[in-house]
Amino acid sequence: MPVQLKTLIPLFAVFIILFLIARHFLIPDSFGKYGHYRANSIDEIAALPINYAGKAVCIDCHDTEAELLASDAHAGLSCEVCHGPNAKHADDYEIKEYLIKQGTREFCGRCHSLNPARKIEVINQIDIKEHHPEKENCIDCHNPHAVWELKE
Amino acid sequence: MGTKRMNASRRNFLKKSAALAGTILATSALAPFNAIIFAAGEPEDKTKIWYGIGIDIEKCIGCGMCAKACKSENNVPKEPFYYRSWVEQYTIKNDGSINVVSPNGGIDGFTQTVPEEELFKTFFVPKMCNHCAKSPCTQVCPVGATFESPEGITLVDKEYCIGCAYCIQACPYGCRYLHPVTKTADKCTLCYHRITKGLKPACVEVCPTGARIYGDLNDKEGELHKFLKEHNCQVLKPNLNTGSKLFYNGLSAEVR
Amino acid sequence: MEHLYEILKHVDGFIYPNEIELQWGILIILYPYITGLVAGAFILASLERVFKIKVLRPTYHLALLTALAFLIVAGLPLVSHLGHPFRSYEILTTPQLGSAMAIFGFVYLWYLMVVLLLEIWFDYRYDLVIWSNESKGIKRRIYKILTLGVTDISPKALAWDKKLGYIITVIGIPSAFLLHGYVGFIFGSIKANPWWSTVLMPVIFLLSAMVSGIALVMFLYMVVSWIRKVKIDMACLDEIGKFLFMVLILDFTLESLDQVHRIYEAEESFEILHMLVTGKLTYTLFIFQGLMGTIIPLLTLGFFRMYLPKEKLRKPIYFLVSCLVLFGVFFMRWNVVIGGQLFSKSFLGFTSFKLGMVGLEGFWMALVWMIMPFLILSFILWLLPPWKKHSEETV
Repeated sequence: MPVQLKTLIPLFAVFIILFLIARHFLIPDSFGKYGHYRANSIDEIAALPINYAGKAVCIDCHDTEAELLASDAHAGLSCEVCHGPNAKHADDYEIKEYLIKQGTREFCGRCHSLNPARKIEVINQIDIKEHHPEKENCIDCHNPHAVWELKE
Repeated sequence: MGTKRMNASRRNFLKKSAALAGTILATSALAPFNAIIFAAGEPEDKTKIWYGIGIDIEKCIGCGMCAKACKSENNVPKEPFYYRSWVEQYTIKNDGSINVVSPNGGIDGFTQTVPEEELFKTFFVPKMCNHCAKSPCTQVCPVGATFESPEGITLVDKEYCIGCAYCIQACPYGCRYLHPVTKTADKCTLCYHRITKGLKPACVEVCPTGARIYGDLNDKEGELHKFLKEHNCQVLKPNLNTGSKLFYNGLSAEVR
Repeated sequence: MEHLYEILKHVDGFIYPNEIELQWGILIILYPYITGLVAGAFILASLERVFKIKVLRPTYHLALLTALAFLIVAGLPLVSHLGHPFRSYEILTTPQLGSAMAIFGFVYLWYLMVVLLLEIWFDYRYDLVIWSNESKGIKRRIYKILTLGVTDISPKALAWDKKLGYIITVIGIPSAFLLHGYVGFIFGSIKANPWWSTVLMPVIFLLSAMVSGIALVMFLYMVVSWIRKVKIDMACLDEIGKFLFMVLILDFTLESLDQVHRIYEAEESFEILHMLVTGKLTYTLFIFQGLMGTIIPLLTLGFFRMYLPKEKLRKPIYFLVSCLVLFGVFFMRWNVVIGGQLFSKSFLGFTSFKLGMVGLEGFWMALVWMIMPFLILSFILWLLPPWKKHSEETV
């Protein structure tokens, strides 16, 4: 064997062995359990906290509102569409600072302002500027939980 | 009598083997042409959950609540450059011109400025990760930091991502972004942390018209299966063969 | 994030909302550019060694050392652009083999450790032994370490140096093709991006790499000769010019074929790419890459094939041509990397790109990365001067 290789082959072998040792320690434990990824990351993602509590949790306590809501056109809506994400309130009833009580022309207009891209079969629409301009907000007349129970 | 019986048994044997050979031939010839493979790829295990999403464009009213809820639920940066979910408004005028807008991803709602007499048609298209069965984004990740979970959801491991942005280049739908704080790729998880707790994804939870559904594609009795059966659904960019599992009802040809 | 709000104002048409920011900037332009210079310089060196084009002898060592200097830098812009540079080892420990990017670490190490370093070592071993005896102090120690303790300079050992060096060069040619063809594949394999997704991309990258590498060696040979105040070997320069001409023709033909094919097939993405090419890329594609980087050098070198002007005129023209080619290939990379991100994957609009001056992704940083290989090369030339090699005369 040439003298050069007598030095080079052991040298490269050392490099490769060092790499394999480093590799052994650098690969995370759960890597490759299900596929070419860190299996623990699935659990980490699943364990992230929620912000929207979900309608089922809301109506557990707010049963009168739920009953009213179910009786009218907004029956399909989830509470947090209008009231905002409130998992914190669901955990601790006293935390109410994130609760939103909407009812402005702008907010209701997100769904109900005239837009030709909205199918009339799907959603009732009005001209939010022209519709009863003497009133300031939609909730001045409409009860959002039972929209056709109009206030006078 | 004896010979007759032998003949009969031989005939039976021949019949059986012919039937067997025919079945093998037929199934092996048919298997590669299974249309579902082309449509969405195939789950590894047909007895387990394999998630898909359905969006009914006919029902979408462009309120943008889904995009807004997505940001709140997943703590997505509020700046208008990062979206896991957004809504587009398509406007096609009588002169044939196509105009698409998605102001702040639709989070602040939409207005239609084109007068009705000029309109040919207009509609909303909610967008999100397609959770492709043959994800081009997971294909290119050099280190295995993004992957398809056993339930068919494309996830990112933010502890392992090196932030090379190759997956962002590879996603044909523009569904990924580089998170400005973690410096890793980020995307829709179909609210993995919610659906594993039995809750709906935030965008599905808040949709006021029920335009969004999600469910198990393996569940033949499920809601998503019913949706796919009753509507003529299409996926985005089918030519790219991504195996998209986001099915749109009423998808117009203009949509990209 | 101010710059993103600025870009938001300049969005043209409709883009997906996540597409405002370009993910790959100037650093990712430098990466294929520098890698290309490496591959090209190496291929020029192997022309002398493997294909026995003896007239190129004066540039053989320079080309090899240039390849080494640039390869040392090649991976750095790539690593520094990562969101998490310190996680970059993962590409070696858990390469996801479905990804075109995953084997970069191995291709890079193979090329650096097995091809370039070994070839240079075999080539310089005799001189390292001699120099380690002749010089004093720190330099003596460096030479001693570089010999790796192999100090046998018997004719038999030297014959092995030659033989093994030759084998490495032969392995090196496909490796150089692999290194750069592979860089092209990183872009060419992205089906979501019609500007990148072409089967010709690896070939185009390889040919433009050869063009730029040859031009770089031509440029460096002239500069180094001027600094050393030695006479430039015009026969060698003419030969390099000839090869540059040949590869330029191939490169130009294939890049044109790619565009002609696009235009003729006129797929779904044709309109947006047409707008891209005639709009945001007009200067960088038609003027910088096309006219200055390709057409002018092509015509000049082609003219030299028919009529060779006097040496006094030829030298500055070769110098100018090499600069133009280097400039042009840089913008070829620019057009691929930046061009591919300017249009939306919705094919309905454009975002915009403005190269900042400061910051990790800015112009000054890019300049630092670009100057660094020249500094490394100066050091290597000081340490291993090809013109002081003993083996030239004795062996």
